[in-house]
Amino acid sequence: MSREIAILNGTVFDPTNRIFGERMDIFVKDGKIVGSASSKAQRIDASGKVVMPGGVDIHSHIAGSKVNSGRLLRPEDHRKDVEVKTPTTHSGVGYSIPSTYTTGYRYAKMGYTTVFEPATPPLKTRHTHEELDSTPIIDKGCFPLFGNNWFVMEYLRDGKVEECATYVAWMLKALKGYAIKIVDPGGVEVWGWGKFLRHLDEKVTHFNVTPREIIRGLCKVNRLLNLPHPIHVHTNNLGNPGNYTTTIETMDTVRDMANGSKPIVHITHVQFTGFSGSSWLNLGSGAPEIAEYVNKHGHVSVDLGQIIFGDTTTMTADGPFQYFLHMLTDNKWVNMDVEVETGSGIVPFQYKRSNYVNAIQWGIGLELALLIKDPWRVFMTTDHPNGGPFTYYPRVIAWLMSRKARERTLSKINRTARRRLTLPSIDREYTLEEIATITRAAPARSLGLKNKGHFGLGADADIAVYDINPSDMDVLRRKPAKLRRAFGQACYTIKNGAVVVRDGKILKSPFGRTFYVESQTKPEIESNLLRSIETRFRDYYTVGIENYQINESYLRYPAKVRCEAEI
Amino acid sequence: MGLEESTFRDVVCTVCGCCCDHLEVTVKEDTVVKVKNACAMSTSKLLNYMNERIMKPMIRRRGRLSGCSYRDAVDAAAKILLKSRSPLLYGWSLTSCEAVEVGVELAEEVGGFIDNTTSTCHGPTILGVHEIGESSSTLGEVRHRADLIIYWGCNPIHAHPLHMSRYTLLSKGRFRKSRSERTLIVVDVRRTDTAKMADMFIQVEPNKDYELISALRAAVRGDEIEQDEVGGVPTDLIEEVAEMLISCDFGALFFGLGLTMSPGKSENVDAALSLVRDLNSKTKFVIIPMRGHFNVNGANNVMTWMTGYPYAIDFTRGFPYYNPGETSAVDLLARGECDSALIVASDPVSNFPYKATCNLTSIPLITIDPHITPTVLCSDVVFPSALVGIETSGTVYRMDGVPLVARKLVEPPRNIRSDIEILRDILRRYRNLKRLGR
Ligand SMILES: [Zn+2]
Repeated sequence: MSREIAILNGTVFDPTNRIFGERMDIFVKDGKIVGSASSKAQRIDASGKVVMPGGVDIHSHIAGSKVNSGRLLRPEDHRKDVEVKTPTTHSGVGYSIPSTYTTGYRYAKMGYTTVFEPATPPLKTRHTHEELDSTPIIDKGCFPLFGNNWFVMEYLRDGKVEECATYVAWMLKALKGYAIKIVDPGGVEVWGWGKFLRHLDEKVTHFNVTPREIIRGLCKVNRLLNLPHPIHVHTNNLGNPGNYTTTIETMDTVRDMANGSKPIVHITHVQFTGFSGSSWLNLGSGAPEIAEYVNKHGHVSVDLGQIIFGDTTTMTADGPFQYFLHMLTDNKWVNMDVEVETGSGIVPFQYKRSNYVNAIQWGIGLELALLIKDPWRVFMTTDHPNGGPFTYYPRVIAWLMSRKARERTLSKINRTARRRLTLPSIDREYTLEEIATITRAAPARSLGLKNKGHFGLGADADIAVYDINPSDMDVLRRKPAKLRRAFGQACYTIKNGAVVVRDGKILKSPFGRTFYVESQTKPEIESNLLRSIETRFRDYYTVGIENYQINESYLRYPAKVRCEAEI
Repeated sequence: MGLEESTFRDVVCTVCGCCCDHLEVTVKEDTVVKVKNACAMSTSKLLNYMNERIMKPMIRRRGRLSGCSYRDAVDAAAKILLKSRSPLLYGWSLTSCEAVEVGVELAEEVGGFIDNTTSTCHGPTILGVHEIGESSSTLGEVRHRADLIIYWGCNPIHAHPLHMSRYTLLSKGRFRKSRSERTLIVVDVRRTDTAKMADMFIQVEPNKDYELISALRAAVRGDEIEQDEVGGVPTDLIEEVAEMLISCDFGALFFGLGLTMSPGKSENVDAALSLVRDLNSKTKFVIIPMRGHFNVNGANNVMTWMTGYPYAIDFTRGFPYYNPGETSAVDLLARGECDSALIVASDPVSNFPYKATCNLTSIPLITIDPHITPTVLCSDVVFPSALVGIETSGTVYRMDGVPLVARKLVEPPRNIRSDIEILRDILRRYRNLKRLGR
C-alpha cells in the first residue's frame, strides 16, 4: 500500500497555522505532513467535509490500577455495552470504563489520536504502561502524581527546591511519565489517617508543609526542569460547595511566577471546583468568577470536566473526595491508598437532569467554556469517566456550537437550577475553528507536543475528516443531532500516516507511541540525589529502587521528549 | 551467563502473593547455588526448581505420552483447538502478565472460555467487591500506619511467611517503629502458629464467620447484641473487639481461604468488606485479601483490562461474557460443556472436584507446565515451559496490586521455551490452519 496520502479539497481547520476553514489539500508521506505528494498517493476526496488534526485529549482516565479497579467494580457497566470481535478488531466492553482495545477503537472512531492518562500512582505506573500498551491506535502518555509524595513534601518543607526538582526529574525518567500531576495537595496524605484537609494554608499532619507550599514548590520545580506541560492541578476541596474560591486562590498562588503569556498552571476538570454557595441547597455556579480570573490572567489554563447526564463511574486520586461521594450516594466504594505517594477512590454515579446539584454542575462546565474568551486556554474534557464517558464528546461539542442544543437540554433540567444559572443568557456559539482549538490545537500546545494538533510541514500525520459541510453551519446549528453524529463517526481517521478508520469503522489498529519526558539535571547533582534517596527508599517503600524503575524497553514504542533542566 | 559466580540482588520471589523483592540469589554455571533473605518456601523453590521437570514436548500416541518435536506439539495443540467448539483455557496464576495477555487473545480467537485459579480461591472476594467495593491500600500503608492488624482465616506464618516481617506486625514503618506499637488480633477456627503471636486470639466455631462478623458490625454501629455469645465468642469479647476496631488509628484486616472457602463464602466476604467500609466512618480501616499464587492478582488484572472481567470469561458468543458459577472452570467441566482444554501452569486434576476432573480427563487436554504433575500425565499434548522469575522474565502483581518484574536469573534447559512463546506459536498455527480451512 502507498505510504502517501492526498486529502483533496477539504475545508481545513488548523488554528496553529492560522488556517481557518480554507479549501485546500493536505499531503501525507511516511507518517508526516508534507507539501505535496506523487501521483501514486492514495487519494481521499474531502470536498464538502471538514479536515482537522487528530483530536488530543489532555485528561482522560483510560489506564492504570484505578481504572482497572473501576472495571472490576462494575460488571453491570460492561454488560450493557459489548463489542463483538470482527476481522479487524478485538472484542471488548464499554460503557463508562471500556476495556483497553475498545478504548483505543472508540477514540479513533471519533477522530482522536492522542490521549493522556492524567493520574498514575508512581508505585503502580508499570501497570499504567501495561494498559497503555494494550490500548491500540492512539498515542499516549501519563502524569505521575506528586502532590502528596513524602520526598516532595519533605524537600519543600525544608526549602530544598532544587533537590525537589532533581528528584522529580529522576522520577519522571524512572517512571516514563510526562508531567507533574497534583491532586488535592496534602489532602490525600491526611486521608491516609482518614482525616480531611480544608485550606490551602493548613499544615499537612506530620509533614509541616501546606498545600500552598506544595503547589508553589512544584510550580518552581516545573520551571527549573523546563517541562513541556505546566503543573496539572486538581485543587483541594473538590466537590465542596464554595470551592470556586479555592480554585481562584490556587491559580493566584502562583501568579507571581508567571512567565510571559505562557500558562504555568493548568487547573483540571474545573467544573468540579467551580461551585459557589455555602451548602448543597444554595449551590451555584462559580463559573463567571473563574472565567473572569482566567480572562484577566494569562498564566492559567483549564479543562472543563463537563458532566453528561446519565450513569458513569467516578474515579480520582482524591481519596477523601471519593469517600465523601460514597457517603453522599451510598453507592459502592473502592479506596486504594498508595504508600508514600497518593491514594484513589472509585464510586459509581448517576448525573440526573432533575437533580438540582447535577443540573448546576452541567451548567458550570458549559458556562466556563462559553465565558472564557481565549479558546487556547480552555480544553474540552469530561474528565472521563468522572463527568461522563469520553464517547459523549460529540454531545459536548454540540452544546458548545449550538444554542439550540443547549436550550433543548436546559428545558429538561431542574427548574431552580435553570433559574440560577447564567447559561440561558449566553448567546455565544463556538465556531469550527474554536472547536478545532479546544479539542486538538490548544491541548497539543499545552502539552508541548510540537508535532501534534496542527498541519505544519513535518507534523505527525494524525488527521480527522468529518462529514460536515462548513457552508451548512447554520443548518447544523439548528440540527445538533447531525453535528453529534458527524463528530462521533469520523469519515476518516488517519494515524501516523495510515488510514485507521473509514466511515466510523476500524480498518486496522497499529499501536501508538508513549510519550515521556527526560529533563536531564547535572549528572553530579543527580548522583548525589540518588545516593540520598537510596538510603531512604527501603525505609519508605516496600519495594527496592531497582524494582521501582521502569526501563525504556518495557514500553512498546517509547517516545522521549527531552528538555533542558536549569540545574 | 557463564561459569563465574554472580549474585542478583533485589530479586522478586515467585511463590506467594507477597512477591517479596529483596532476595539475593547467587548463580553459578546456570544453576542457583545460594539464596538469601528468602523464606523457606522460596528458598526451596529456587534451589530445587530442576526437580521433576519435563524436558521435552510430548504427545499421547496409542494411549502413551511420548516425546515429540516442538513443531509437532504446536501443530497438535492447534488442531485440538481448531476441532473444538468450546475449549477451556485455565490456570494463569503462576505465569507472567505477558503470557496471560497472549492467553486472552488465544481464548478470544478460538471462541472459548478462559478462567484463572481465582475461581477456586478468592472468587468470592471478587464477587464481594462487585457488590460492595473495598477499602484498601498497598502493604506499605499498613507498614507505616497500622496500629491494629487482624488476620482472619489465614495463617501467614505458613502460607505467606514474610508477610508479618515485611509488611505488618514486625515491620518498621514511619509512624510505627516496633512490635509494641501494634496490636495483633487473629480469628480462626483453630489456634494456628499465627494465632500464637497474637495479642488476642479469637476462636470462632467452624462455619460461624458470617455470624461473628455480623455481630461485630452490629457492635461497631453501637447496637445491642441479644445473645450471650456468637459463633462461640462471648458477647463481652465481641464488644471489646469492636471498641478496639473503632479506637485504633489505622486498622488492617487480612483474610484468607478460611473466610472465602468455608460455607457461606460470598456472604462471609461481603460481611467483612462491609465491616471495614463501616469502620471508615469512625477511623481509618483497610482490607486486603491474602492472595496465594504469586501472580493470581496479575491474571485478574490482565483479564480485566482486556475484557472487563477478572476471571471466568466466556468468549463463545464473540464478546466477553461473565457469570461465575456458570462460566467458571469447575462449573463448566462439571456440566461437561468443554470439548477440549488448555492448562497453563496449574494442576486442576489434583485440585478440582471429582466430577470436573473426570470430565477434564475425558476431553483432549493440552498442558503447558515446567513440572510433571498429575494434569501433565493425563494430557494429550504437553509443553515443557520455563519458570517465570527464574528462567524467564515477566511482570507479576503483588496481592495489593503493586506490579513488579520477576527477572530471569538462569538460562532455561535447552529447547525449553517460555509460556509466552509457546502460546504465541499455538495462536499463530491456529490462525494459519484456520485460514487454510483445515
Ligand atoms: Zn481526572
